[in-house]
Order: sequence, then structure tokens, then C-alpha cells
Amino acid sequence: MINDLYHETILDHSKRPRNFQLLEDANRRAEGYNPLCGDKCKVFLKEHDGVIDKVTFQGAGCAISTASASLMTEALKGKTIGEAETLLAKFHDLLTTDQPLPKDLGKLMVFSGVREFPARVKCATLAWHTLRAALRGAGEAVSSE
Amino acid sequence: MPTVTSLDVSAIRKEFPILAQQMHGKPLVYLDNAATSQKPKCVIEALTRFYLMDNANIHRGVHELSERATQSYEAARGKVQRFLNAAKEQEIIFVRGATEGINLVAQTYGRTHVGAGDEVVISALEHHSNIVPWQMLCEEKSAVLRVIPINDRGEVEFDQFEKLLNRRTKLVAVSHVSNALGTINPVRKIINTAHGWNVPVLIDGAQAVSHMRVDVRNLDCDFYVFSGHKVFGPTGIGVLYGKEKLLEGMPPWQGGGDMIRSVTFEKTIYNDLPYKFEAGTPNIAGVIGLGAAIDYLDHIGMDAISAYEDDLLEYGTRALENISGLRLIGTAREKAGVLSFVIDGVHPHDAGTILDLEGIAVRTGHHCAQPVMDRFGVSSTTRASLAFYNTREDIDALVAGIQKVKEVFTV
Repeated sequence: MINDLYHETILDHSKRPRNFQLLEDANRRAEGYNPLCGDKCKVFLKEHDGVIDKVTFQGAGCAISTASASLMTEALKGKTIGEAETLLAKFHDLLTTDQPLPKDLGKLMVFSGVREFPARVKCATLAWHTLRAALRGAGEAVSSE
Repeated sequence: MPTVTSLDVSAIRKEFPILAQQMHGKPLVYLDNAATSQKPKCVIEALTRFYLMDNANIHRGVHELSERATQSYEAARGKVQRFLNAAKEQEIIFVRGATEGINLVAQTYGRTHVGAGDEVVISALEHHSNIVPWQMLCEEKSAVLRVIPINDRGEVEFDQFEKLLNRRTKLVAVSHVSNALGTINPVRKIINTAHGWNVPVLIDGAQAVSHMRVDVRNLDCDFYVFSGHKVFGPTGIGVLYGKEKLLEGMPPWQGGGDMIRSVTFEKTIYNDLPYKFEAGTPNIAGVIGLGAAIDYLDHIGMDAISAYEDDLLEYGTRALENISGLRLIGTAREKAGVLSFVIDGVHPHDAGTILDLEGIAVRTGHHCAQPVMDRFGVSSTTRASLAFYNTREDIDALVAGIQKVKEVFTV
């Protein structure tokens, strides 16, 4: 069960998060906070003509939240805003419903184990809540509560 | 002097049925006692018996059931009085928990004695429940909240406390034992010093009463609060002890039934202590359950519990100190019941999940003491907290669990 949650890919991304930096020329950004554990996450987007050119993040959190943010930035690159919204909805369903697992989430499927750990769902969704705030232009800090 | 062997822990564990279960296929190792303690059978049975046989409202019925319920309720007040060695039964006020007790004092004693420019002193070790009620009071009254700093071990800096006291100080409120670190505060010294300035002292005993004998007359504290559920009793019941003279001078907090002597639309005469502070139908079953918990502790003996736990804490401290990459947060010379720590390269939340899968229940997070976390430069810790039903085997399981955490994260 430990390996279902702490998949090799999650451990890798938590230790060496990708796109973990400030994006100076971001034109969308948002900040997220999980009051339960104090995890923080900032998401930066550079979007041009409805397409996400660059996406980065910064923050401090547990392995699940760091890996989720890292894999999110990889998944979003080159996506349209509409595709990003769809991905966000699917990822949320992956974690919070008991429906059969979706098949088209690629690497993000490593988070399918999280649904068995209700206390950890908020860790995995923090970066995504923050992404939604960035996409929808809400500049203020969001909470994963 | 009771010896360690005077506690028959395997017999004691049989009194706590919840402990004898498996969690994720492993024996449950319950090390989250600072959050809430488990309940012995006698407490569960007292609650059941009350609802099966004795349930009625108190202080009003002429009928036999009401009389019985009232007697059990008031008998529990006497048990609490003896448990704290208070001078009088009417100094024991039943509240929902330590939090409500502190809020009661802030809203009654505080609001009548703290004015603009006055000062309330707390310590940097406090739980949010002993910070926020005073912040609210100070904001309302334009008063100032002063904080006694702590050193790197997590001990209050007593000389700094002495410097904080002045003629504007109206109240000191400090914990007996820190929930996040386990530090035992030098409350007797704090009380003596504050009394030198004629300043009353409230002690938050939420984390103390389950670990050590508390004697409010010996401490000479003015207020003492604790929660029933942390001392093997039910949730939703707690105690405020206050010196009679102070309680008498305080206005009531909540209005309602039972706290009055007579009511007309022109004027209400308030009831005597302790009923002045117990408006409405109280948590009768909770009080009776708390009484049963105190009987149980009397039977085991608080001194034997303290001696046993001191030994267990020392064993646990040594075991954790030997784990490379682990840092204990809170290394006070006087401690009770708490092993708070961080592991290099592992977030406490991840450590907590992996320990849980090993059957080990710990708390991770800021423990409702964010200023303590800030002081040590961490966002959270993993906290193992002890009770007298824990054993060296539980500590060994924790150590093995931590090794598992390190394995998963290859640190």
C-alpha cells in the first residue's frame, strides 16, 4: 500500500521537482495554501493566444504536493487554456470519485493511489487549485480547504 | 517513592479495549495521546449506565431519577475538587473543555480587569487556545499582549518573564505542559513572581493532568483549566478551577437557566458559585464520565503514572536521538509525554502517512501552535505523545516505523 501512494515517479518528482522556479515573464500567477499542513504553492504561467507556453511553480510541501505540482507543470506545457481546464477536472475526478480510473491522464495516473488516502487528497490538489486560480485570473491566495 | 514496576501495564491495556485492534493489518500503536486519550471500560460503562438507568435533568426535578442524576453530577464535582486539591467544590466549574475555560476567564475576569494600555502575558509555547482568546480581549480593550520568549530547548526564558511584568500587567496565562514540545513550565515560580506584582495567573493544564499530580493550592494558581477527553474521560467536558474570591467577583458569562436565583423582567439575581457559570443544561453524562476517569486514575495512582511515563519518555528520547537525520524539536530539561521531531528530507505529513500504514498513530502538523513552529524554523513536526498504557514495545515500533519512512524516502 505504501508503494501505491509513494510511487517511484512521485518520489522522484518530490526530490527533484521540475520547473521549480520563479517565472519572471509570467502573465498569470496565483498562490495556494493548505492551512491543514501549512503547505504553500505558487504557480506561474506564460500564456500566449490561449496556449500555455511556460509554467513553473515554487513552494514548500510534502512529497505528494510537490510531485503533483511538478508533474502538473510538465503536463500543461503547450496545452490550450481549455485543455488545461479539462485536465484539471479529470485530475480532480481521479482523486475524489470512486468511478473507474480514467485512461488518458498519462503520467498523472501515478496519483491514482491517493484516492485511498482521503487525508492526502488536499495535498495532491493544492497545485491544481492554484492553477485554476491563475487561469481564472483570481490573483488572491487560494486555499485547498 | 513508587517504582516503575508498580504499574501493571498489560493489565491496564486490557481496560482500554480500543487498543487491542489492528490497523492496516498491524497492531495499533496509539501515540496521539496529546490530541486525545483513549477511554477505559469504566468510563464507557459509566456513560452507558447513566443513559440506561439514571438519565434525567439535574437541579430541578422532584422525582427520583432527577435526584439520582443530580447526586452523580455533584459527586463528580467533588472528585474533581479532590483531583486538583481545590479548597472547595464551588471552585470547580464545568465547561466544554480547556478552550472554553480560557474563553470564560478572558470574557469575564479579563473584560472587567483589563483596560486600554494594560498588558496580558502569555508564553511563546502556547496552544492557539491560550493565544487567541487573549488577542481578542486585547483587541477589544486596546490592551497589549506580551509574550515570554523561549530558548532553543523550548524552555521559557524566566529572566525575560520577570522583565515583562510591570504595573500594567493584569493577567498571566501560561501552559503547565506544552502540547507541541512537552516542556513542563516552571509554573510555581511563574505564579510566585506574578503574585509579587499582584497579578493573577491562569494555568492551561490540558497537557498536564494526564501525566502528573496537580495541586492547585500548592501551585497557588488563580485559575486552572483542563479538558476531560485528554485525561481518559469523554469529549465535550472540561473544568475551570478558580479561586472562590476571584470567581465571586466575576460577572457571569452566559445567561440562562440554572445560573439564576430569580428572574423578573426588571432584574435578575444570579445564582451562587459554581452555578453562576453553568448556564443551561450541562453535559451531565460527560461530567459523570469524567468522574469515572478520575476514580480510575486514583486507583492507578498519579505518582505511579508519572514515574512510569518519565521512564518511558527517557527511553523514547534515547531511541529517537540515535536515529541519524532525526532532530527532536523540544529538548527541555523538564518534559512530559511528548516526542516531537523532524526527519531530514521527509515532510512530516509523509512520515505520518507511512507510520499510519505501519499501524502507528501520531499527529503531524503545527499542533495548533504555529508560533512554536516558527520559533524552530519548521512548518510542522511529527509528534508522538504518550500515555501510561504505552510501552517500550510501542516506542520500538515507532523507531521501526521511522526506519521504514527513511527507507521509502531513501534518506
